[in-house]
Amino acid sequence: MVAIIDYGVGNLFSLRSSFAAIGEEAEVTSDPEVIRRADRVILPGVGAFGDAAEKLRQTGLDRVVREEAGRGKPLMGICLGMQLLFERSFEYGEHEGLGLLKGEIRPIAERIPENLKIPQMGWNALKIVRQSPLLKYTQDGEYVYFVHSYSAVKCEESLLASTEYGAELTACVGLGNVYGCQFHPEKSGAVGLKMLKAFCETGAEV
Amino acid sequence: MITKRIIPCLDVKDGRVVKGVNFQRLGDVASPVDLAKYYSDNGADELVFYDITASAEGRSLFTEILTETARTVFIPLTVGGGINTTGDFDRVLKCGADKVSVNSGAIRDPSLVGKAAKLYGDQCVVLSVDVKRVDGVFRIFAKGGRENTGMEAIEWVRRCVGDGAGEVVVNSMDTDGVKQGFDLELLEKVCGAVKVPVIASGGAGKIEDFITLFNALPGVDAGLAASIFHFGEVKINDLKAEMKRNGIPARI
Repeated sequence: MVAIIDYGVGNLFSLRSSFAAIGEEAEVTSDPEVIRRADRVILPGVGAFGDAAEKLRQTGLDRVVREEAGRGKPLMGICLGMQLLFERSFEYGEHEGLGLLKGEIRPIAERIPENLKIPQMGWNALKIVRQSPLLKYTQDGEYVYFVHSYSAVKCEESLLASTEYGAELTACVGLGNVYGCQFHPEKSGAVGLKMLKAFCETGAEV
Repeated sequence: MITKRIIPCLDVKDGRVVKGVNFQRLGDVASPVDLAKYYSDNGADELVFYDITASAEGRSLFTEILTETARTVFIPLTVGGGINTTGDFDRVLKCGADKVSVNSGAIRDPSLVGKAAKLYGDQCVVLSVDVKRVDGVFRIFAKGGRENTGMEAIEWVRRCVGDGAGEVVVNSMDTDGVKQGFDLELLEKVCGAVKVPVIASGGAGKIEDFITLFNALPGVDAGLAASIFHFGEVKINDLKAEMKRNGIPARI
Protein backbone atom coordinates (compact mmCIF):
# COMPACT_ATOMS: atom_id res chain seq x y z
CA MET A 1 0.00 0.00 0.00
CA VAL A 2 1.14 3.51 -0.85
CA ALA A 3 0.52 6.18 1.79
CA ILE A 4 -0.14 9.60 0.28
CA ILE A 5 0.52 12.02 3.09
CA ASP A 6 -2.27 14.51 3.69
CA TYR A 7 -1.03 17.46 5.71
CA GLY A 8 -3.57 19.95 4.44
CA VAL A 9 -1.62 21.03 1.38
CA GLY A 10 -3.19 20.68 -2.03
CA ASN A 11 -5.56 18.46 -3.82
CA LEU A 12 -4.86 14.76 -3.71
CA PHE A 13 -7.70 13.48 -5.87
CA SER A 14 -5.63 13.05 -9.04
CA LEU A 15 -2.72 11.50 -7.22
CA ARG A 16 -4.93 8.89 -5.63
CA SER A 17 -6.66 8.26 -8.96
CA SER A 18 -3.35 7.79 -10.74
CA PHE A 19 -2.33 5.00 -8.38
CA ALA A 20 -5.71 3.38 -8.91
CA ALA A 21 -5.09 3.61 -12.67
CA ILE A 22 -1.88 1.57 -12.35
CA GLY A 23 -3.56 -0.93 -10.05
CA GLU A 24 -1.84 0.13 -6.84
CA GLU A 25 -3.66 0.51 -3.59
CA ALA A 26 -3.15 3.99 -2.19
CA GLU A 27 -4.45 5.66 0.91
CA VAL A 28 -4.61 9.40 1.54
CA THR A 29 -3.74 9.75 5.19
CA SER A 30 -2.38 11.88 8.00
CA ASP A 31 -2.26 8.95 10.41
CA PRO A 32 1.32 8.05 11.43
CA GLU A 33 0.28 4.43 11.92
CA VAL A 34 -0.94 4.12 8.33
CA ILE A 35 2.27 5.73 7.10
CA ARG A 36 4.34 3.30 9.15
CA ARG A 37 2.33 0.37 7.81
CA ALA A 38 2.66 1.50 4.18
CA ASP A 39 5.14 -0.08 1.79
CA ARG A 40 5.83 3.28 0.18
CA VAL A 41 5.24 6.91 0.98
CA ILE A 42 4.33 9.86 -1.23
CA LEU A 43 4.91 13.38 0.03
CA PRO A 44 2.82 15.71 -2.16
CA GLY A 45 2.41 19.45 -1.92
CA VAL A 46 1.55 22.69 -3.65
CA GLY A 47 1.82 26.23 -2.37
CA ALA A 48 4.55 27.94 -0.39
CA PHE A 49 7.51 26.07 1.14
CA GLY A 50 7.39 27.86 4.50
CA ASP A 51 3.71 27.10 5.13
CA ALA A 52 4.05 23.49 4.07
CA ALA A 53 7.16 22.88 6.18
CA GLU A 54 5.38 24.43 9.15
CA LYS A 55 2.31 22.22 8.65
CA LEU A 56 4.49 19.11 8.48
CA ARG A 57 6.16 20.11 11.74
CA GLN A 58 2.90 21.01 13.48
CA THR A 59 1.40 17.64 12.64
CA GLY A 60 4.57 15.83 13.66
CA LEU A 61 4.57 14.17 10.25
CA ASP A 62 8.05 15.54 9.51
CA ARG A 63 9.41 13.15 12.12
CA VAL A 64 7.41 10.23 10.78
CA VAL A 65 8.64 10.87 7.22
CA ARG A 66 12.27 11.13 8.36
CA GLU A 67 11.99 7.93 10.41
CA GLU A 68 10.37 5.94 7.63
CA ALA A 69 12.90 7.18 5.08
CA GLY A 70 15.65 6.34 7.56
CA ARG A 71 14.34 2.78 7.78
CA GLY A 72 14.78 2.45 4.02
CA LYS A 73 11.14 2.78 2.99
CA PRO A 74 10.78 4.19 -0.54
CA LEU A 75 9.71 7.82 -0.33
CA MET A 76 8.84 10.12 -3.21
CA GLY A 77 8.24 13.85 -2.97
CA ILE A 78 6.19 15.50 -5.68
CA CYS A 79 6.43 19.17 -6.66
CA LEU A 80 6.63 21.10 -3.38
CA GLY A 81 6.89 17.72 -1.63
CA MET A 82 10.11 17.14 -3.56
CA GLN A 83 11.47 20.52 -2.53
CA LEU A 84 10.74 19.70 1.11
CA LEU A 85 13.19 16.77 0.92
CA PHE A 86 16.10 19.21 0.69
CA GLU A 87 17.99 21.09 3.40
CA ARG A 88 16.46 24.54 2.98
CA SER A 89 14.50 26.87 0.75
CA PHE A 90 14.81 30.56 0.00
CA GLU A 91 11.16 31.07 -0.91
CA TYR A 92 10.08 34.23 0.98
CA GLY A 93 12.85 34.13 3.57
CA GLU A 94 14.77 31.06 4.59
CA HIS A 95 13.07 27.87 5.71
CA GLU A 96 14.36 24.54 6.84
CA GLY A 97 13.39 21.40 4.93
CA LEU A 98 13.56 17.74 5.87
CA GLY A 99 17.23 17.52 4.97
CA LEU A 100 16.96 14.04 3.46
CA LEU A 101 18.79 15.20 0.34
CA LYS A 102 21.68 17.64 -0.05
CA GLY A 103 20.79 20.86 -1.77
CA GLU A 104 18.60 23.91 -1.53
CA ILE A 105 15.61 25.53 -3.21
CA ARG A 106 16.11 28.79 -5.09
CA PRO A 107 13.86 30.97 -7.29
CA ILE A 108 14.19 30.03 -10.95
CA ALA A 109 14.11 33.79 -11.66
CA GLU A 110 17.75 33.95 -10.52
CA ARG A 111 18.81 31.60 -13.28
CA ILE A 112 16.60 32.07 -16.34
CA PRO A 113 16.38 34.90 -18.91
CA GLU A 114 13.87 37.62 -18.14
CA ASN A 115 11.67 36.96 -21.16
CA LEU A 116 10.67 33.52 -19.85
CA LYS A 117 7.51 33.33 -17.81
CA ILE A 118 7.33 32.39 -14.16
CA PRO A 119 6.07 29.93 -13.11
CA GLN A 120 7.28 27.48 -15.69
CA MET A 121 3.87 26.08 -16.55
CA GLY A 122 3.48 23.36 -19.14
CA TRP A 123 5.07 20.31 -20.72
CA ASN A 124 8.84 20.13 -20.93
CA ALA A 125 11.29 17.37 -21.86
CA LEU A 126 13.32 15.31 -19.42
CA LYS A 127 17.05 15.04 -19.88
CA ILE A 128 18.21 11.98 -18.01
CA VAL A 129 21.48 12.55 -16.20
CA ARG A 130 21.74 9.32 -14.25
CA GLN A 131 19.92 6.01 -14.47
CA SER A 132 17.73 5.03 -11.57
CA PRO A 133 15.06 2.45 -10.73
CA LEU A 134 12.61 5.38 -10.81
CA LEU A 135 13.40 6.02 -14.47
CA LYS A 136 13.43 2.45 -15.67
CA TYR A 137 10.39 3.04 -17.91
CA THR A 138 11.31 6.62 -18.84
CA GLN A 139 13.04 7.58 -22.08
CA ASP A 140 15.30 10.58 -22.47
CA GLY A 141 13.33 13.43 -24.05
CA GLU A 142 9.89 12.38 -22.82
CA TYR A 143 7.60 15.21 -21.73
CA VAL A 144 6.21 15.85 -18.27
CA TYR A 145 4.02 18.61 -16.83
CA PHE A 146 5.60 21.31 -14.67
CA VAL A 147 4.17 24.13 -12.56
CA HIS A 148 6.87 25.78 -10.44
CA SER A 149 8.68 29.00 -9.65
CA TYR A 150 11.46 27.49 -7.53
CA SER A 151 13.85 24.65 -8.15
CA ALA A 152 16.52 22.59 -6.42
CA VAL A 153 20.18 23.61 -6.78
CA LYS A 154 23.45 22.23 -5.42
CA CYS A 155 21.89 18.78 -5.61
CA GLU A 156 24.39 17.07 -7.96
CA GLU A 157 24.59 14.14 -5.57
CA SER A 158 20.97 13.12 -6.18
CA LEU A 159 20.24 14.61 -9.63
CA LEU A 160 18.59 12.09 -11.97
CA ALA A 161 17.05 14.30 -14.67
CA SER A 162 16.88 17.95 -15.60
CA THR A 163 14.78 20.06 -17.94
CA GLU A 164 15.75 23.02 -20.11
CA TYR A 165 13.96 26.30 -19.35
CA GLY A 166 16.50 28.98 -20.07
CA ALA A 167 18.74 27.02 -17.69
CA GLU A 168 19.06 23.40 -16.67
CA LEU A 169 16.45 23.01 -13.93
CA THR A 170 16.26 20.04 -11.60
CA ALA A 171 13.40 17.77 -12.65
CA CYS A 172 13.98 14.46 -10.92
CA VAL A 173 16.15 13.38 -8.00
CA GLY A 174 16.90 10.14 -6.22
CA LEU A 175 19.37 8.80 -3.72
CA GLY A 176 18.92 5.40 -2.12
CA ASN A 177 15.27 5.05 -1.22
CA VAL A 178 14.46 8.79 -1.44
CA TYR A 179 13.08 10.12 -4.73
CA GLY A 180 11.56 13.36 -5.94
CA CYS A 181 9.89 14.88 -9.00
CA GLN A 182 9.56 18.62 -9.53
CA PHE A 183 6.87 17.97 -12.14
CA HIS A 184 3.49 16.32 -11.59
CA PRO A 185 3.62 12.63 -12.61
CA GLU A 186 -0.12 12.41 -11.91
CA LYS A 187 -0.67 15.07 -14.62
CA SER A 188 1.93 13.85 -17.09
CA GLY A 189 -0.15 11.30 -18.97
CA ALA A 190 1.30 7.87 -19.71
CA VAL A 191 4.87 9.03 -18.99
CA GLY A 192 3.89 10.05 -15.46
CA LEU A 193 1.93 6.88 -14.76
CA LYS A 194 4.92 4.79 -15.85
CA MET A 195 7.10 6.66 -13.41
CA LEU A 196 4.67 6.05 -10.54
CA LYS A 197 4.65 2.40 -11.52
CA ALA A 198 8.45 2.34 -11.42
CA PHE A 199 8.32 3.92 -7.98
CA CYS A 200 5.94 1.19 -6.84
CA GLU A 201 8.45 -1.40 -8.03
CA THR A 202 11.36 0.13 -6.12
CA GLY A 203 12.27 -1.13 -2.73
CA ALA A 204 13.77 -4.45 -3.66
CA GLU A 205 17.05 -2.60 -4.14
CA VAL A 206 17.09 -1.18 -0.65
CA MET B 1 12.21 23.89 -24.27
CA ILE B 2 8.77 24.21 -22.85
CA THR B 3 6.19 23.30 -25.48
CA LYS B 4 3.25 25.29 -26.78
CA ARG B 5 0.08 23.72 -25.46
CA ILE B 6 -2.92 22.65 -27.54
CA ILE B 7 -6.15 22.64 -25.57
CA PRO B 8 -9.54 21.32 -26.67
CA CYS B 9 -12.48 22.91 -24.90
CA LEU B 10 -15.57 20.85 -24.09
CA ASP B 11 -18.81 22.72 -23.48
CA VAL B 12 -20.93 20.50 -21.30
CA LYS B 13 -24.67 20.86 -20.88
CA ASP B 14 -26.84 18.41 -18.97
CA GLY B 15 -24.06 15.88 -19.01
CA ARG B 16 -23.36 15.99 -22.75
CA VAL B 17 -20.85 17.80 -24.91
CA VAL B 18 -22.63 20.39 -27.01
CA LYS B 19 -21.55 21.68 -30.40
CA GLY B 20 -22.40 18.23 -31.77
CA VAL B 21 -19.71 15.70 -32.06
CA ASN B 22 -19.38 13.00 -34.63
CA PHE B 23 -16.07 11.26 -34.95
CA GLN B 24 -16.11 8.47 -37.47
CA ARG B 25 -13.88 6.36 -35.25
CA LEU B 26 -15.86 6.65 -32.07
CA GLY B 27 -19.46 6.97 -33.12
CA ASP B 28 -21.27 8.86 -30.40
CA VAL B 29 -18.69 10.78 -28.42
CA ALA B 30 -20.98 13.34 -26.96
CA SER B 31 -20.00 11.74 -23.66
CA PRO B 32 -17.56 14.18 -22.07
CA VAL B 33 -15.67 11.39 -20.33
CA ASP B 34 -15.10 9.44 -23.56
CA LEU B 35 -14.16 12.55 -25.49
CA ALA B 36 -11.73 13.67 -22.78
CA LYS B 37 -10.10 10.25 -22.85
CA TYR B 38 -9.90 10.36 -26.64
CA TYR B 39 -8.19 13.76 -26.60
CA SER B 40 -5.83 12.77 -23.82
CA ASP B 41 -4.77 9.70 -25.83
CA ASN B 42 -4.39 11.74 -29.01
CA GLY B 43 -2.11 14.61 -28.21
CA ALA B 44 -4.11 17.14 -26.18
CA ASP B 45 -1.87 18.85 -23.62
CA GLU B 46 -4.66 19.94 -21.37
CA LEU B 47 -8.46 19.99 -21.31
CA VAL B 48 -10.98 22.67 -20.53
CA PHE B 49 -14.41 21.63 -19.32
CA TYR B 50 -16.94 24.39 -19.53
CA ASP B 51 -20.19 23.94 -17.64
CA ILE B 52 -22.96 25.73 -19.53
CA THR B 53 -25.77 24.16 -17.51
CA ALA B 54 -28.31 26.41 -15.87
CA SER B 55 -30.14 23.91 -13.66
CA ALA B 56 -29.10 22.47 -10.31
CA GLU B 57 -29.51 18.92 -11.66
CA GLY B 58 -27.24 19.76 -14.55
CA ARG B 59 -24.68 21.15 -12.17
CA SER B 60 -24.52 18.05 -10.02
CA LEU B 61 -24.36 15.92 -13.16
CA PHE B 62 -21.42 18.08 -14.27
CA THR B 63 -19.49 17.45 -11.07
CA GLU B 64 -20.13 13.70 -11.45
CA ILE B 65 -18.74 13.81 -14.97
CA LEU B 66 -15.77 15.82 -13.82
CA THR B 67 -14.98 13.29 -11.12
CA GLU B 68 -15.25 10.44 -13.59
CA THR B 69 -12.98 12.26 -16.06
CA ALA B 70 -10.35 13.05 -13.44
CA ARG B 71 -10.30 9.36 -12.53
CA THR B 72 -9.36 8.32 -16.04
CA VAL B 73 -7.54 11.26 -17.63
CA PHE B 74 -4.12 12.26 -16.32
CA ILE B 75 -3.43 15.57 -17.98
CA PRO B 76 -4.23 19.00 -16.54
CA LEU B 77 -7.89 19.79 -16.35
CA THR B 78 -9.32 23.31 -16.20
CA VAL B 79 -12.93 23.85 -15.26
CA GLY B 80 -15.02 26.91 -15.97
CA GLY B 81 -18.63 28.01 -16.13
CA GLY B 82 -20.73 29.06 -13.17
CA ILE B 83 -17.75 29.90 -10.96
CA ASN B 84 -18.99 32.75 -8.77
CA THR B 85 -17.62 32.07 -5.31
CA THR B 86 -14.67 30.40 -3.61
CA GLY B 87 -17.20 27.69 -2.73
CA ASP B 88 -17.49 26.98 -6.46
CA PHE B 89 -13.70 26.69 -6.65
CA ASP B 90 -13.81 24.23 -3.81
CA ARG B 91 -16.56 22.16 -5.43
CA VAL B 92 -14.72 21.60 -8.72
CA LEU B 93 -11.23 21.25 -7.20
CA LYS B 94 -12.52 18.44 -4.99
CA CYS B 95 -13.71 16.65 -8.13
CA GLY B 96 -10.23 16.67 -9.61
CA ALA B 97 -9.93 19.98 -11.47
CA ASP B 98 -6.41 21.40 -11.46
CA LYS B 99 -7.28 24.94 -12.46
CA VAL B 100 -10.47 26.93 -12.28
CA SER B 101 -11.46 29.50 -14.82
CA VAL B 102 -13.46 32.59 -13.84
CA ASN B 103 -15.14 35.01 -16.21
CA SER B 104 -18.43 36.68 -15.30
CA GLY B 105 -17.97 35.67 -11.66
CA ALA B 106 -14.90 37.90 -11.43
CA ILE B 107 -16.77 40.78 -13.05
CA ARG B 108 -19.64 40.48 -10.58
CA ASP B 109 -17.28 40.14 -7.62
CA PRO B 110 -13.90 41.72 -8.42
CA SER B 111 -12.46 40.38 -5.17
CA LEU B 112 -13.01 36.76 -6.26
CA VAL B 113 -9.69 36.35 -8.10
CA GLY B 114 -7.69 37.64 -5.14
CA LYS B 115 -9.57 35.52 -2.62
CA ALA B 116 -9.25 32.36 -4.68
CA ALA B 117 -5.55 32.96 -5.37
CA LYS B 118 -4.87 33.25 -1.65
CA LEU B 119 -6.79 30.08 -0.87
CA TYR B 120 -5.66 27.85 -3.72
CA GLY B 121 -2.57 29.51 -5.20
CA ASP B 122 -2.11 31.67 -8.29
CA GLN B 123 -1.42 28.66 -10.48
CA CYS B 124 -4.95 27.49 -9.85
CA VAL B 125 -6.78 30.64 -10.91
CA VAL B 126 -7.39 31.19 -14.61
CA LEU B 127 -8.92 34.44 -15.79
CA SER B 128 -11.07 33.99 -18.86
CA VAL B 129 -12.20 37.03 -20.82
CA ASP B 130 -14.58 37.59 -23.73
CA VAL B 131 -13.34 40.61 -25.62
CA LYS B 132 -14.90 42.59 -28.46
CA ARG B 133 -13.98 45.80 -30.23
CA VAL B 134 -16.48 48.58 -29.62
CA ASP B 135 -15.73 51.80 -31.47
CA GLY B 136 -12.12 50.73 -31.78
CA VAL B 137 -11.65 49.92 -28.09
CA PHE B 138 -11.29 46.39 -26.69
CA ARG B 139 -14.12 45.89 -24.18
CA ILE B 140 -14.86 43.10 -21.70
CA PHE B 141 -18.18 41.33 -22.23
CA ALA B 142 -19.98 39.36 -19.52
CA LYS B 143 -22.60 36.61 -19.44
CA GLY B 144 -21.22 34.56 -22.30
CA GLY B 145 -20.66 37.65 -24.42
CA ARG B 146 -24.19 39.02 -24.11
CA GLU B 147 -23.43 42.09 -22.04
CA ASN B 148 -20.92 44.89 -22.63
CA THR B 149 -19.45 45.77 -19.24
CA GLY B 150 -17.82 48.88 -20.66
CA MET B 151 -14.53 47.90 -19.03
CA GLU B 152 -11.39 48.32 -21.09
CA ALA B 153 -10.02 44.83 -21.69
CA ILE B 154 -6.28 45.21 -21.18
CA GLU B 155 -6.75 47.14 -17.95
CA TRP B 156 -9.09 44.45 -16.61
CA VAL B 157 -6.68 41.66 -17.47
CA ARG B 158 -3.78 43.53 -15.89
CA ARG B 159 -5.78 44.13 -12.73
CA CYS B 160 -6.85 40.49 -12.34
CA VAL B 161 -3.31 39.23 -12.93
CA GLY B 162 -2.15 41.71 -10.29
CA ASP B 163 -4.72 40.16 -7.93
CA GLY B 164 -3.32 36.69 -8.54
CA ALA B 165 -4.72 35.18 -11.75
CA GLY B 166 -2.01 32.76 -12.86
CA GLU B 167 -3.08 32.39 -16.47
CA VAL B 168 -5.32 34.22 -18.94
CA VAL B 169 -7.61 32.78 -21.60
CA VAL B 170 -8.29 35.48 -24.18
CA ASN B 171 -11.35 34.81 -26.27
CA SER B 172 -11.89 37.27 -29.10
CA MET B 173 -15.58 37.61 -29.93
CA ASP B 174 -14.61 39.34 -33.17
CA THR B 175 -12.76 36.31 -34.53
CA ASP B 176 -14.71 33.56 -32.71
CA GLY B 177 -16.63 31.36 -35.13
CA VAL B 178 -15.20 33.12 -38.17
CA LYS B 179 -12.44 30.53 -38.63
CA GLN B 180 -10.07 33.02 -40.24
CA GLY B 181 -7.38 32.86 -37.57
CA PHE B 182 -6.76 34.12 -34.05
CA ASP B 183 -7.04 37.78 -33.07
CA LEU B 184 -3.35 38.64 -33.21
CA GLU B 185 -3.83 42.33 -32.48
CA LEU B 186 -5.70 41.68 -29.25
CA LEU B 187 -3.38 38.86 -28.18
CA GLU B 188 -0.28 40.97 -28.75
CA LYS B 189 -1.70 43.67 -26.47
CA VAL B 190 -2.45 41.15 -23.72
CA CYS B 191 1.00 39.53 -24.01
CA GLY B 192 2.56 42.95 -23.68
CA ALA B 193 0.59 43.69 -20.54
CA VAL B 194 1.07 40.56 -18.41
CA LYS B 195 3.82 38.06 -17.64
CA VAL B 196 1.65 35.03 -16.88
CA PRO B 197 0.81 32.40 -19.52
CA VAL B 198 -1.63 33.55 -22.22
CA ILE B 199 -3.99 31.15 -23.96
CA ALA B 200 -5.42 32.21 -27.32
CA SER B 201 -9.03 31.37 -28.09
CA GLY B 202 -11.43 32.19 -30.90
CA GLY B 203 -10.87 32.05 -34.61
CA ALA B 204 -8.93 28.88 -35.36
CA GLY B 205 -10.19 27.25 -38.55
CA LYS B 206 -7.20 25.26 -39.73
CA ILE B 207 -3.73 24.10 -38.76
CA GLU B 208 -2.04 27.13 -40.33
CA ASP B 209 -3.91 29.46 -37.96
CA PHE B 210 -2.04 27.93 -35.02
CA ILE B 211 1.30 28.11 -36.87
CA THR B 212 0.68 31.80 -37.63
CA LEU B 213 -0.29 32.43 -34.01
CA PHE B 214 2.81 30.88 -32.45
CA ASN B 215 5.18 32.31 -35.06
CA ALA B 216 3.78 35.83 -34.78
CA LEU B 217 3.44 35.94 -31.00
CA PRO B 218 6.11 34.06 -29.02
CA GLY B 219 4.39 35.30 -25.85
CA VAL B 220 1.33 33.11 -26.47
CA ASP B 221 1.66 29.83 -24.58
CA ALA B 222 -1.30 27.84 -25.81
CA GLY B 223 -4.06 27.65 -28.38
CA LEU B 224 -7.58 26.66 -27.44
CA ALA B 225 -10.38 25.55 -29.74
CA ALA B 226 -13.56 23.48 -29.64
CA SER B 227 -15.54 22.59 -32.73
CA ILE B 228 -12.62 22.23 -35.17
CA PHE B 229 -11.27 19.51 -32.90
CA HIS B 230 -14.67 17.96 -32.16
CA PHE B 231 -15.56 17.77 -35.85
CA GLY B 232 -12.14 16.42 -36.74
CA GLU B 233 -11.39 19.35 -39.06
CA VAL B 234 -8.10 19.65 -37.24
CA LYS B 235 -6.53 16.57 -35.70
CA ILE B 236 -4.30 17.47 -32.78
CA ASN B 237 -1.57 15.02 -33.76
CA ASP B 238 -1.42 16.47 -37.29
CA LEU B 239 -1.36 19.97 -35.86
CA LYS B 240 1.54 19.13 -33.58
CA ALA B 241 3.53 17.46 -36.34
CA GLU B 242 3.10 20.62 -38.39
CA MET B 243 4.15 22.77 -35.43
CA LYS B 244 7.31 20.72 -35.08
CA ARG B 245 8.06 21.07 -38.81
CA ASN B 246 7.80 24.82 -38.33
CA GLY B 247 10.20 24.87 -35.42
CA ILE B 248 7.48 25.46 -32.81
CA PRO B 249 8.11 23.32 -29.70
CA ALA B 250 5.36 20.73 -29.35
CA ARG B 251 4.89 17.63 -27.24
CA ILE B 252 4.58 14.65 -29.55
